[in-house]
Amino acid sequence: MTDAAHSSTGAPVAPASPGKPRASLPVNGTMLASLSLLVLVLLAWEFVPPALDVPKFIIPTVTDCLAELQRMWAQERLASHIASTALYTVLGFLIGSAMGAAIGYLLGMSAFWEKVLSPYILALQIAPKVAFAPLFIMWFGYNATPKLLVTVLIVFFPVLVNVLQAMRTVDRDLVNLARAYNLSRWGIFFKIEMPSTLPNLMAGLRIASTLAVIGVTVGELVGGNVGLGFLISYGGGQANAAMVFNAILFLTLIGIALYAILVRIEERVLHYLPKAEH
Amino acid sequence: MALEFNAVTKRFETNGGVLTAVSDVSFKVDEGEFVAVVGPSGCGKSTLLSMTAGLYQPSQGEVRVSNVPVTGPNSHVGFMLQKDLLLPWRSIVGNIEFGLEARGVGKSERRARAMQELKHCHLDGFERHFPYQLSGGMRQRAALARTLAVDPEIILLDEPFSALDAQTKLLLQNSFAGTIAETGKTTLLITHDLAEAVLMSDRILVLSERPGRIVAEINVDLPHRDQPLKRRVMPEVSTYAAQVFKHLKLEEKAEEVMA
Repeated sequence: MTDAAHSSTGAPVAPASPGKPRASLPVNGTMLASLSLLVLVLLAWEFVPPALDVPKFIIPTVTDCLAELQRMWAQERLASHIASTALYTVLGFLIGSAMGAAIGYLLGMSAFWEKVLSPYILALQIAPKVAFAPLFIMWFGYNATPKLLVTVLIVFFPVLVNVLQAMRTVDRDLVNLARAYNLSRWGIFFKIEMPSTLPNLMAGLRIASTLAVIGVTVGELVGGNVGLGFLISYGGGQANAAMVFNAILFLTLIGIALYAILVRIEERVLHYLPKAEH
Repeated sequence: MALEFNAVTKRFETNGGVLTAVSDVSFKVDEGEFVAVVGPSGCGKSTLLSMTAGLYQPSQGEVRVSNVPVTGPNSHVGFMLQKDLLLPWRSIVGNIEFGLEARGVGKSERRARAMQELKHCHLDGFERHFPYQLSGGMRQRAALARTLAVDPEIILLDEPFSALDAQTKLLLQNSFAGTIAETGKTTLLITHDLAEAVLMSDRILVLSERPGRIVAEINVDLPHRDQPLKRRVMPEVSTYAAQVFKHLKLEEKAEEVMA
């Protein structure tokens, strides 16, 4: 992220010094160390298990995984599995967080309903959402609905709780200021409370984005015949560890992509917060 | 009469029973007058201010602003606290426009008035900045600009300088006094700083410990109300400050005797 910030702030001044070559990737010490560690782990992964006679179906090597990847791409319609999982991750994330935010704001505006509902919210928050997956399959069958529902459910709570928490801690003096300026209840909501809670909402969305992948995966593991979660259970059934490894890799990549997009949005939206110097 | 308190008492219901914040407070403030209210902490100074702003109603008595009883938040009053209360997500000019938005002022006129107040408060060139980019003193000036932008009849200042360092405080007092004198606004300043009260006001009301009541009223008969820095070097200032101090001290002693 620092690279991006660097080049975006650097871009406008670049024409002023055309003679200087533009700095390429600032490879610093920590980055170098991280990359070296990755190379080391990959090397160990490639050579240690065969040296110890660990069978391929327990720990496949890096090259085994790459070979399997090629096969999956050609024979298992990998692209469509990735597309399906990515689609339902994003869809579940959007629906779940929109509902979480909406209900969080509504409860935040009504102390009465918040008190009435808070024990149930707490209970549902603690209940393991993924355990609902078999129920949803019983109710809706072997299609995309159950995995979407698990994702929505799992995404819903962190967003709701973050928004509700932020609504409780909005600066009373700011609200009084708005009242003194004769702002209506909705004016106070849109001009004070909403923007005040934005940092917490964004934090909730970031947590939710990582959970969304879990929701979809569990939904696909339990039922269905499409998606990376399905490939995991399918590969597991065939003792094809390389397939499982590859599916996990792509699930992680989907999660990272969603998270990265959110971080970008957050940087844009919360530009007014002073950045910590480091 | 710009502001009038008639036998105002304010009680709050708390967990431990009923708390009387202010008791039987009566005073009047003339148009264009600058009145300071001093008193020990917790004497209900801020309660007076909140009742003037219409944020809550007196339990007994009546508050009148421009001869109209205050029944709720109203456009006659602009108030400012120790915290600048600038909205961090808005630019400085956006913050100054904030009060105008609720009053249905059109967009271009809002901007024009905000820019004018920006100049008034010596913040030209900072309209595009965000609050975190400004120093504490500048933020308070922006808060004053926001307060002035709605063109209130009365400005209520609740310890606006108390969070600032000593030098910034002096400069800001001077800047505020100049701006307020220029606009000719009626002002009520709540403070616990006796020197500040003497330097900035025409008249000082001294409040007692809780329940707050007015124990003294001192007319500050000094020139240069618009320039506290000039007033500051006058020998009479310390005499006035001593006088205020004496009144506060008396109350403390009375409390000790009763205890």
